[in-house]
Amino acid sequence: MTSSFPERSLTRAAMSQRTLFNTVMTVIAFTCGVLALVPLLAVLSYVIIQGFGSLSPSVFFELPPKALQKGGGFGNAILGTLLMVGIAALISIPFGVLAAIYITEFGSAQAARGVRFAANVLSGVPSIIAGVFAYGIVVLTLVKLNLGSYSALGGGVALAILMLPIIVKTTDEALQLVSQDLRQASVGLGATNFQTVSQVVLPAALPAIVTGATLAIARASGETAPLLFTALFSNFWPDSLFQPTASLAVLVYKYAISPFKNWQSLAWAASLILVLMVLITSIIARWATRQKA
Amino acid sequence: MATNISTANDTETVLRTENLNIYYGNFLALQNIWLDIPKNRVTAFIGPSGCGKSTLLRCYNRLNDLIESFRAEGKILFYDKNLYAPDIDPVEVRRRIGMVFQRPNPFPKSIYDNIAFGAKINGYKGNMDELVEQSLRQAALWDEVKDKLRQNGSSLSGGQQQRLCIARAIAVQPEIILMDEPCSALDPISTLRVEELIHQLKEQYTIVIVTHNMQQAARVSDKTAFFNVRTTETGGRNGYMVEYDATEVIFNNPQQKDTQDYVSGRFG
Repeated sequence: MTSSFPERSLTRAAMSQRTLFNTVMTVIAFTCGVLALVPLLAVLSYVIIQGFGSLSPSVFFELPPKALQKGGGFGNAILGTLLMVGIAALISIPFGVLAAIYITEFGSAQAARGVRFAANVLSGVPSIIAGVFAYGIVVLTLVKLNLGSYSALGGGVALAILMLPIIVKTTDEALQLVSQDLRQASVGLGATNFQTVSQVVLPAALPAIVTGATLAIARASGETAPLLFTALFSNFWPDSLFQPTASLAVLVYKYAISPFKNWQSLAWAASLILVLMVLITSIIARWATRQKA
Repeated sequence: MATNISTANDTETVLRTENLNIYYGNFLALQNIWLDIPKNRVTAFIGPSGCGKSTLLRCYNRLNDLIESFRAEGKILFYDKNLYAPDIDPVEVRRRIGMVFQRPNPFPKSIYDNIAFGAKINGYKGNMDELVEQSLRQAALWDEVKDKLRQNGSSLSGGQQQRLCIARAIAVQPEIILMDEPCSALDPISTLRVEELIHQLKEQYTIVIVTHNMQQAARVSDKTAFFNVRTTETGGRNGYMVEYDATEVIFNNPQQKDTQDYVSGRFG
């Protein structure tokens, strides 16, 4: 019997073309993997090294100092970021999750396609434009109503617009991953659509939905551009949703480009806090959903 | 061509299928079905893939309503009510006519909650612990799980999961249990246990089972319907019922040549 395949030995030939090619490609893939990690590790370590040096308990509890003045902190910016991300989450999570439930569970195929397309387009909208939109919708309205102008509310709405498509998309995907068998099992027992969705489908998809919401929160808490002309900045504690409010991201932006040493080091500390806040949010979210599952 | 022999049932008829045609869009999936299912008996549907036996099964609890292009013409009478009449609530139909699926599909909840779910959503007011125990006992699963009711249902083996699904179906106290190839994903020993369970359950319930396993149909059922599929000139495949009779007759002395060929393993 003659074979059309080239003759090869059963033992491993280290110098054969195939083995060499295989080794070279593995090395290239490994190098690319390492290179992809470099920026992440570099950013993280730089922020941690620089930030820890400027960190002190006072940063959490004190107001921003004057230029060149010793001490001080940015408690108002931490509070402002929590406040605005909180407002954004309160708006975008219910809307986003319900929209995703509608398109996967109840809506027609056309409606689903429309909403998915809209979410995709929205997620591509530059964050500065979300800011302009919130400025027009919230800030100018507040001015007209004589309630205020630049405000936490405006910042929250701008961030909500950025979070909405992320939440719709991740929830949509999470719900689609819930097996059809489970829905049929529930419906087959005499459950209504509402009971099926609320008691079977949502709990099954919850970990993925929480991950999506966390991602959205992480993204929103780092956004600067939309806050620049919706929430602006403030050197005082926020005492109303209708007043200019400080945020970590804007504080970093303002202080990092300032010529003053003490502001620059506060900017580093604020960057570190921002990174840690995102990290802690995602750890808590993962931990909370692991308990449930 | 099919001649549908309608043999008299020895017990009351619970489900009467009259001139049922099922369409997916314009495609005729099942044609001209006449079939009476007797109470407290096991009725098996056998036939090659694509003959529409699962489709028919899912008509009995209106699970096909979930498919958008689905349409049924004709009648399915549950006692004297047409299940496809416009004033019928499919949610209540599904409570009275339960279903066990091909792949075990326990909810990602505890074993206890898997059973309690159906009862809760249907407004059960009795003692939940008792209901859970009784359902699991009926499904011959109680002894294996009584010490781990709080564990997730998916931690059980495949055979146990399927019995859990049967217990879950029983817990809402249906009159009929539909089983769509309940053993096709199980090993032979688990299959045997489920078959024993079917034997016990028919004292209280009417069971309709779809199976690809002819020995299984012969072992568990009292009556058997054989379905086949024919290809039309346009290339569509229409399912139809060839023969329906007592299980001994179908397996030992069928009236139709197609049935004879199928049960003796000559095609399908």
